[in-house]
Parts: sequence; C-alpha cells; structure tokens
Amino acid sequence: MTVAEAVVTARGITKTFGKGGVTALQDIDLEVGSGEFISLIGPSGCGKSTLLRVIGDLVEPTAGEILVNGKTAHRARLDRDYGIVFQAAVLYDWRTVVKNIALPLELLGWSRAKRAERVSEMVKLVELEGFEKHYPWQLSGGMQQRVSIARALSFSPALLLMDEPFGALDEMTRERLNAELLRIWAETRSTVIFVTHSISEAVYLSTRVVVMSPRPGRITSVIPIDLPQPRMFETREDPRFFELVTEVREALHAGGGDE
Amino acid sequence: MRSRIGSATARVAVLGLVLVGLWALWEGYRKLWEETGWTRPFPVNATTMPHLHDIVGALFDPIREGEPLLARYMLDAALFTAKEAAVGFAIGATIGFLLGALIARFGVLQRGVMPYVVASQTIPILALAPIVVVGLGNVSIVGWTPKDWMRVAVIAAYLTFFPVTVNTVRGLRSADPAAVELMESYAAREWSVFWKLRVPAAMPYLFSAFKVAATASVVGAVIGELPSSIQDGLGGWIINFNQYYALDPENLWAVNLVAALLGISFFLVVVLVEKLVVHRAPEQLV
Amino acid sequence: MSTIVQPTAPRSERGTTQTLRKWGPALIVFAMGLAAWQWLLPALGVERYLLPPLWDVLQAFWDARSELLRAGWITFKEAVGGFVLGCSVAFVLALVLARWRPLGNALMPYMIAANAVPIVAFAPITNAWFGTLSPWSKIVIAAVLCFFPVLVNTLRGLTSVRPESLELMTSYAAPQRVVFARVRIPNSLPFVFSALKIASVLAMIGAVVGDYFGGSTEALGVQIVSSVSVAQYETAWAAILVASLLGIGFYATVALAERLVLSWHPSIRAGVE
Repeated sequence: MTVAEAVVTARGITKTFGKGGVTALQDIDLEVGSGEFISLIGPSGCGKSTLLRVIGDLVEPTAGEILVNGKTAHRARLDRDYGIVFQAAVLYDWRTVVKNIALPLELLGWSRAKRAERVSEMVKLVELEGFEKHYPWQLSGGMQQRVSIARALSFSPALLLMDEPFGALDEMTRERLNAELLRIWAETRSTVIFVTHSISEAVYLSTRVVVMSPRPGRITSVIPIDLPQPRMFETREDPRFFELVTEVREALHAGGGDE
Repeated sequence: MRSRIGSATARVAVLGLVLVGLWALWEGYRKLWEETGWTRPFPVNATTMPHLHDIVGALFDPIREGEPLLARYMLDAALFTAKEAAVGFAIGATIGFLLGALIARFGVLQRGVMPYVVASQTIPILALAPIVVVGLGNVSIVGWTPKDWMRVAVIAAYLTFFPVTVNTVRGLRSADPAAVELMESYAAREWSVFWKLRVPAAMPYLFSAFKVAATASVVGAVIGELPSSIQDGLGGWIINFNQYYALDPENLWAVNLVAALLGISFFLVVVLVEKLVVHRAPEQLV
Repeated sequence: MSTIVQPTAPRSERGTTQTLRKWGPALIVFAMGLAAWQWLLPALGVERYLLPPLWDVLQAFWDARSELLRAGWITFKEAVGGFVLGCSVAFVLALVLARWRPLGNALMPYMIAANAVPIVAFAPITNAWFGTLSPWSKIVIAAVLCFFPVLVNTLRGLTSVRPESLELMTSYAAPQRVVFARVRIPNSLPFVFSALKIASVLAMIGAVVGDYFGGSTEALGVQIVSSVSVAQYETAWAAILVASLLGIGFYATVALAERLVLSWHPSIRAGVE
C-alpha cells in the first residue's frame, strides 16, 4: 500500500529507557492500512505497550521515524487523530457516564447541542442506554470499559489505540465485548491497533496479528488472519481458527516468548 | 552507591537553599518595608522584626552580666518541656493503642464509644489546659499531689490519645480480608493474627497519628506551662520575655525559634523511627 | 393456635430497629456520661477545681450568658477570618507548587516539618505586631495554623493522579490549565475537604488559645483564663462549653459543605463518615 493509504508507517523505531538502560523496542518496521484491525501480541516486557504509546506520541522514540495519517505522530496527536483506551477505564469519578463520554468533545469546544447529540449516539453504539446518569463506581468493569470506548470514539478519530482494554475482565465478558468491538469497528470503519496477551483474542479480532519478541522488543512475524468477516461466536469453533491460534503460538515460542 | 551520595548532597544543597531563601525573604521584607515606610500589615522596625542575626545572636549572649548564655537556659527549658511532651506522648499513645485495639475487637464499643472519640476531637483541648494544670495542682490522691511537669504531661497525653485511638482502630481494621482468611486457614489463634497481621498492617496509620501527636504534645506542653507558676519550661520563658518584649525583642523570638526546633525534632524522631520500623514502598507522586 | 403466618415487620418498623441498634449504644453512653458528670464525679470527690457538677456549669453559663455569647461570637469571627485567610493562601500556593513540580517536590518535606512548629507560641509576637487587643493578632495565628495542613493535603491531592489519566489528557493535546481544571483540581477535592475539617478545628483552637497570652476581655480565651485565676471554675467550664459548641458547629458546617460538593464520592454515598 502507498504511504497515502497507510494510517501508520513506522520505520526503524527504537526506544531505550534511561542511560545505558533498557531497550524496549528495537528497529520496529510496521505499516498499518486504513480499516485494518492489528493486534500486537507478545510476552510481558516485549514493548507492545511502548510501541502503542510511540504511535500515540505519548513516548518519544530514541531513533526511527513514525508517520500517523501522513503526518508526524506529534502533529497527529495535536490534531486529535486518534482515541486511546487503557486497561483501566480511567473514568472520572465525579462525572456521570454521559459527562465522561463528552469530555473530549468539551475540550474540542463542541456546542452543548452537538455534544448531547453525539453522546446519545455513542451511548446507543455501546449499548448503555438507561445508564446515562450513573457514576463509574455504579457500573461493572465491562460497562466502564464500554464508556471508555464510547469516549475514545466520540470525536470519530480515524485511529483507535487500545492497550489491553479487556485484560481486567472475566472471559465471558471479554468474549462479549470482543464481539461488540468488532461491530463498532465495522460501523465506524476506523483503524484499530490493539495490544493484548491473549492469543485467542488476537486471532478472533484481527485482520493481522503482529507477534513481538521479549526485550529487546522486535517484530518476530506478522500473521494475516484470513477468517471470514463478520466474525461470529461460531468463528471461535472454526477449525481454521485453531490453526491460526497454533500458528501464532508457535511464532511466539519461536521468538522466545515462552519464558 | 554513587546515586545515594548524590541525592544526599542534593538534599543538603536544597536545605541550604531553603535557609538562604528564608533569610533573604526576611531581610528583604524588612528592607523594603523600612525604606518605603509602609505600616500595613504592621510597622517594621527593630522591635517588631529584629534582624535574624540579632535573634540568633541573642542566644549566645549572657542573660545578665556574668551569667551563662541564654542558650544554656533555653536548652534546659527545652529539655524540661520535652520531658513533659515525651512522657505525655508515651502515656497517651499507650492508652490510645489499647483502647483502639479494644474498640477494633468489640463492635459494641465501636458504636457506643467511637462517636465520642471522634466528636471530642472538636473540643479545644488546649483551652482546657489552664484548668487542668491548675486544678490538678489542688488535687491530692492518697496524699500525693502531682508535680508540676506531670500535670503538663497530662495535657500532652490527652492530645496524643485521640489521634492514636482513631488511627489504631482504622489501622487494625485495614488488614486485607484475604490475608485474614489465609491466617485462619492456618488455624492461627486470634492473638497471632493480631500481632502478625493486624498490627503490622496498622503501622502506617499509627505512625501517621504519631506524627500529629508528637507535634500536639509539644504544643500542649508549651501551652500547659503558661497559666501556672511553672518557670522551668519554654512556656515560662515565653511569658517572661513577653513582659520585657519592648526592651529585648530578640529574646522572645529566640525562644520561639527554640520552641520551633523542639517541635520539628520531635517530628523528625518519629519520622526516623518510622523509617526503621516500617518497610513500605515510598509514596508515588505524579 | 392460629395457622396464619405473621407478616414480616412493615418497612418503617424495621428501619426504626436498625436506627436504634446503630445509635442506641451511643445514646446510652451519652446519658451515662451526663449522669456521671452530675452525680458520680462529686461523689468520688472530684473537686470542683477539676470538673464542677454539670448543673453548676449550666447555671454559670446562664448567669453569664450575654458576656459568654458575645465573647464566643467575637472569637468565632477571629477563627473564621483566620480560616479563610490561611486556607485561601494555602490553595493558591498549592496550585503553584503543583504546576512547577520540581519546586513542589523540593519544598514538600519542609512544609510537612513546618507543620510541627508550635505556632501558638508566636501569639505574643503577633500581639506585638497588631496590638494585644486587635483581632488581627489572633486571626494571623489561626491562619498560620490552617495554612500548612491545607497546603500539604491539597498538594497531595493535586499530585496523586493516575498516570493513565494524564496520558489521556496528553492524547487530547490538552494544555496544562485544562489538565488542572478538569483533572487535578476535582481529584484533589476529597483531600482538600479532609484538610478543611482539620483546619476548622485548628482555627477555633488558635483563636481561643491565642487569647491566653492576652487579649480583649471580650474574647473567650481571656474569659477562661480570668475565670480560672479567680477560681470561678464553673464559669471557665461554661466558656469552654461555648467554645466546644462553636467548634463543633464550624466543623459540622464544613462537613455539610463536603457532603454537598462531594455528593459523587463513593464514601459519601455509602454513608461512611
């Protein structure tokens, strides 16, 4: 794909922390096309969260260059080209659900009417109708994450960065939210970069899985996932699913990810 | 090792900077107000704001011709006040801990007594100081009247007792329920659970209370000395120098300096003991 | 023998039982305390020097009520004045120190240590500055007493924000003043109110005890000390009663404000004090 079509282009990204210290990322080359769903997977310490933060201009790379939406990552952040979702929902305790979702819109200076309209769209999107006036501590973990996703998408960014968003949830909730996330992705047609350490989650969600090795973080392999879209619950029982899961697992072991 | 030494020099450097900064602020304020002649919020002259070096110098002057330095008397007075504060602190902390342990153990006590323990924190205990100190001087228990410093120690004990009780209850109750269940799975006796789990869990809360109580004990001791005929402590000297303030303003400032150092030393002792006893991750401030 | 099953107690009755169980023991202790004050202590020989019987104190209050209430009002105004002054300066300084972190980090230990200084001992000096009879000498004492706890706690509240929360703000390219307004300040409110409650008590104490070094006769502290000096202990205790009630009232007002402002906070919702 051309640079114009790529949402993220990373070349030679390296990141070391501290003087003569830890090399989190080594020579990362990655291209992400528009509308893709990319998972970054690897053992703890492989730098996947760091890479995500480099793309989001929350961490500066020591070397290499990165383009997001055809601009520098810094420019992309200032232009608010992406939304980010963390493992912890990071909602503000003193704001209701609708006010939490409206936060970025307030910062962007949207009028009250426009905000209200978009927020109710988002609430419908993540299926939290009826909970608009609730406070975060009144919601379950899964519901809090849905609010977090609604907030991230409220200003319709082209790119969605997600750092193990479902890691703190139980498996049943996680599978349900996986399906919801795919539905939202299809409806909004955004590009998603998703960090996880669950192999089945990575295979289920992605168009491509990027396997990383432990410190220093390198890309071991990139595995295209050719399962049919839209993915359903039955997809998890498809024999091809198990083949791909095995392929990813072996790539992880090959990269030294079995420590 | 290199970083430890580095940070120690950094800390000393900061201390030096802070002291110099304070000195500069003081003398600068003086200079400015004297030059312009402003009288708000109060007129600045050698009486209302003596030079810092005069204050420190007063400590090293003899109190009268041929007598020992003021510093000598200040040291004795400080030790006297410190004794009152320390004894009071020890008694108050012990009683507070015991009561706190009982309250934590027996829920009935919690409902009956805790509201008063909490409400009593709003009673100006320091306001009681004159009454207690004078009153106890007239009391005789089986023919024995408490000595003057003991009466002041009672004030310090009272001020220590409440924060320690409240924090003991909070701290003993703060043990992770999962950890308690683990102990129970070992069929540990309640006594063991108390000493091996609850008390260590309560330590941060206890030391937080000790820091407050250490300061309060010193304040209580100084205030307790005021209304009575106790001359030996810092409170007595404050009254003394207050009377002669117009003549020798530096002396009153010097006493206050000593009192401030006493308060800070008590606090630092608690901090030091905490560092030795409690091994916790330092606070992470972002 | 009836075979009708008794219905469960109606809602209101169950609520009453619960309320009794919760407050019953405290009320019993209160009644016991009052009774002891009135009868037990004198019976034990506790002299009126220490604690006169309750009735005598109440009578002394009634006899001197106009002076005591006027004195109480004056002292209360001094306390509130000091509270407002000390707390507002502390807020502003806390915002500054949170904004310029290196300065804040360097100074934090000193501010914590400064809290350990017996400020009340400075009362004679403020008397020299503003005149013994002026309310300003007590207001300044009360203000300084409030200043350090509020400063330290506000600063802690402003800086104890989760890293991800700040990362979120960075992802929105939000300028610092927005980060303060939307994140740091709301986050600090529970800390601030906890400090304000402490400060309300300290301000009252500062105003009363500041008078122990001399002040206008129309102030509670002076009333207390002068009553003690002529052995009128009942009046002294009556004055202390007034001071306590004012202190509790001040604290309760701040606590009420806390409930209103922090209505979203889980601990307020759960009814935990």
